[in-house]
Amino acid sequence: MKRAECIGMLYPVLDDKPVVTIMGACAQELYDLGHRDNFFYLQHAMGLASSIGLGLALHLPHERVVVLDGDGSVLMNLGTLATLARYRPRNLVHVIFDNGSLLSTGGYDSHTASGMTDLAAMARAAGIEHVASVDSVMTFGEAAIEAFARPDLSVIVARVAAVGPNHYGMDLHLPENAFRFKRWIRARKTAEA
Amino acid sequence: MSVSYENSKIVFQGIKDAGVTSLSALPETWLGLLLQQAERDPAVRLIQVAKEEEAIGVAAGAYFAGERHILLMQNHGFLAAINGIVSLAMLYSVPLCMLIALRGHFGEPYPWHTRGGIVTEGVLRALNIPFEYARNPTDVGRQIREAYALSESSLSPVALLLTRNLMEEAL
Repeated sequence: MKRAECIGMLYPVLDDKPVVTIMGACAQELYDLGHRDNFFYLQHAMGLASSIGLGLALHLPHERVVVLDGDGSVLMNLGTLATLARYRPRNLVHVIFDNGSLLSTGGYDSHTASGMTDLAAMARAAGIEHVASVDSVMTFGEAAIEAFARPDLSVIVARVAAVGPNHYGMDLHLPENAFRFKRWIRARKTAEA
Repeated sequence: MSVSYENSKIVFQGIKDAGVTSLSALPETWLGLLLQQAERDPAVRLIQVAKEEEAIGVAAGAYFAGERHILLMQNHGFLAAINGIVSLAMLYSVPLCMLIALRGHFGEPYPWHTRGGIVTEGVLRALNIPFEYARNPTDVGRQIREAYALSESSLSPVALLLTRNLMEEAL
């Protein structure tokens, strides 16, 4: 299974949700499907996408927040799993694409490459109740449908191939991405009120 | 020496008076009494992190959500959070208002705090982060408001260093 297939499957339901992605391939694959102002691409600061998601979800209880994370990023901030478990935002879907590789920073094996380190087990042991571990497009789709319908914190660890796009680049400056993302959220809150 | 209950209350009141409704923190001795008050206050949401760099992400999320947010950490936590400060907050023009307990400086009896204490100001200067020292209870409320205002208008990190003189008192 490729990460791009999973992101493609999610794309139609992401139009009304704040989405935070990690850097590199993951960000590019979402962007290439068509940028929307509710997508925030964290192109650096590896590990913090899920922390941004936590901050968003706790302060936006009426939104469903989606984080598209990766094994390399989660391994840089394992404490986030325990923090997520402790605060248990009911409106957060945390997808971890595990390709066993630091693909966007040179393609080196990550600690999950050999299959020895199990991020789903780590999430469960951190105290997160709903954790799915999937390795096919079919099971990813099922897990995503359940996660998006569940009024609780959900983590999906999706084993994907270590392949990415053949190009990188966005017509979007980084602060511009942040400004537009914030404005989208503000407009939604205004419309709600 | 012990942590000043009175001044912890004054710092917390200063945070409230700045209109702040959300805090992220990693608890430590000087911040303990302050965080206890935050926990008891229904008007403030407190998010405790496992490591301070997480709080940079939480603060960015709170900012995007339109919430007035302050970060509380020890200076060693600030040192541990630098990549997040540089490559999230600075890179994306996200404001951060950081209240930092300045351990390991003048009067420090514990050797293990000293290296971090000695380098903190130099690191803030190297990162071009505006900072002030909060030394007494009469000024700290105004300093918190001003730190918050500058972080918002400049869309960048600002630090207020909580000193021994403010946070400790003789037993």
